[in-house]
Amino acid sequence: MQNSSSKQDRIAEYKALIARITPKSKLAVGCWRAFWVGGLICVFGQTLIDYGRASLKLNQSQASAFASIVLVFLTAALTGVGVFDQIAKYAGAGTVVPITGFANAMVSPAMEFRPEGFVLGTGAKLFTIAGPVLVYGISASVIVGLISYFVR
Amino acid sequence: MGAAIWMYLKVFLVGGLLCVLGEVLILKTKFTPARILVAYITAGVFLSAVGLYGPLVSFAGAGATVPLTGFGHALAQGVLHAVQENGILGAFTGGLTATAGGITAAIFFGFIAAVLFRPKPKT
Amino acid sequence: MNAPNRMGHQTIVYRNTPWITATACAAGPREAQGPLGDKFDLVADTPDFGQESYEQAEVALLREACRICLDKADLGEKGVEAMLGGDLLNQIMPSSLAARSLKIPFLGMYGACSTMSEGLLVGGLLVDGGYASPVLCTAGSHYATAERQFRYPLEYGNQRTPASQWTVTGAGVALLSLPDPQVHPLAKLTRACMGRVVDMGVTDANNMGAAMAPAAAATLCAYFDDTGDTPEQFDRVITGDLGYVGSELLLEWSDKMGHPLPRERMMDCGLTIYDPQQDSHAGGSGCGCSAVVLSSFILPKLQSGEWRRVLFMATGALLSPTTSMQGETIPGVAHAVVIEGVR
Repeated sequence: MQNSSSKQDRIAEYKALIARITPKSKLAVGCWRAFWVGGLICVFGQTLIDYGRASLKLNQSQASAFASIVLVFLTAALTGVGVFDQIAKYAGAGTVVPITGFANAMVSPAMEFRPEGFVLGTGAKLFTIAGPVLVYGISASVIVGLISYFVR
Repeated sequence: MGAAIWMYLKVFLVGGLLCVLGEVLILKTKFTPARILVAYITAGVFLSAVGLYGPLVSFAGAGATVPLTGFGHALAQGVLHAVQENGILGAFTGGLTATAGGITAAIFFGFIAAVLFRPKPKT
Repeated sequence: MNAPNRMGHQTIVYRNTPWITATACAAGPREAQGPLGDKFDLVADTPDFGQESYEQAEVALLREACRICLDKADLGEKGVEAMLGGDLLNQIMPSSLAARSLKIPFLGMYGACSTMSEGLLVGGLLVDGGYASPVLCTAGSHYATAERQFRYPLEYGNQRTPASQWTVTGAGVALLSLPDPQVHPLAKLTRACMGRVVDMGVTDANNMGAAMAPAAAATLCAYFDDTGDTPEQFDRVITGDLGYVGSELLLEWSDKMGHPLPRERMMDCGLTIYDPQQDSHAGGSGCGCSAVVLSSFILPKLQSGEWRRVLFMATGALLSPTTSMQGETIPGVAHAVVIEGVR
């Protein structure tokens, strides 16, 4: 008993030492970069929506889907040529939170696991990171739908 | 003209702030980027369902729809709309119908990228 | 009662002082841009080394390092009586595939990034006991194969934390044999200390240095207690890949354990292989890190007589993606070998 509590103490002491020595990511710098890159991606999305509405005569939800598809396409292209991860390294959540983060999370494993074959490599691993997004997003929407049906 | 600039400013501010929240979560908690995506889309679905996210979309446009919470918003609105139209079946068809474009694009372009490109370590 | 060639709790004495008679290393382009770049025997122009996959590139680097080492020793494959090697990948496939192309009896080793010193320790025993000589000890790693197994796809956009380390693309090998008056050795093994697995509850897979430092401190304390040696009796006490964070933690934690280490005698391979400007954050890591630095930097200094005696202790973080996801903490291990100059 004595022994195990002293082990706990040593672990706590070591964790305090880790916290003191390990350099921290800079919060202010990270937030600023996420803010302006993320904001700019959204502004670009808005220009796509406006273009879709004005020039392609789409309705609001069609224009929104159009913007998503273009952003996903551009993310895929930038991921393919090896530029997206360089931008993300700078922007952090600025590229993760917009739909670009979702797209990159699908495209990068698809490329990465191609040596394991197109079916079990690319086809299966495409969903390793972004799969949970679909699982939880779709499940949440079904729950919302069921509640709205029964509560109505 | 002034109205357009004001609109883009709102898009920039709201979109940027949603990203800042994500950055704080990554740096200050154990949230990995993958968990951020899951948290955002789920939060978007429920916020939208209780009517809190819709006003943000009206206010900030793409600043609210491009972040993953907007993806959740689209899922929720799609499902609510479909339940009204088709009853309980809509709970299962509405979400993916409304978000089909983004999801299909990610799958298809991911596949094409895997055909065309090889990943490279950066030196 | 100790076994006859044991000293204290964890330390081994090599009665016949196995010699290191040859060494070679091969590394990737990023490593070649570092301070040791011009000392490698072979540099791959591209990370894929002209192979179909990064796994195959890792195999090729290992295989070529073995071939160059055997050439230097003027030996054919048939002349080597055992090969001990390991790497970071599942089922240590790169080492097995490299061994497939060399007709040498093969014993696979796994000690994560501590593999090079583990291999030297066990290989030294085979030689010392007269069971095999010469013995080829190998270790290798590849940034791209380790990333996809332990972290994310290469093109996935995530930010590395300041404590994260960069897996070295490279392989290092050393040939051990019984002392032979016909041969000019690089150095000799005199003692070794087998490490215990130590776990201080670290769960952050982006801070391997913190997971490994307590194991390094435990092995050093055990060695100094077992032998009565002091750090001042070594030109360098060399750790494998603790990086910046782990090295600082080792200094503090050893002090706390009653064995203060003199900072000026400490060296970490992870802090040696890259230039600080190469954006490798807390330093290099991987099995190949200590193996390449041993081959290109440490052994030449022992051969030239600039250093007389070093403690070479590679450290390993024993985690798998499965146990990490299940929330298991990350144990560390460190094995030390005492390497001395012969002249």
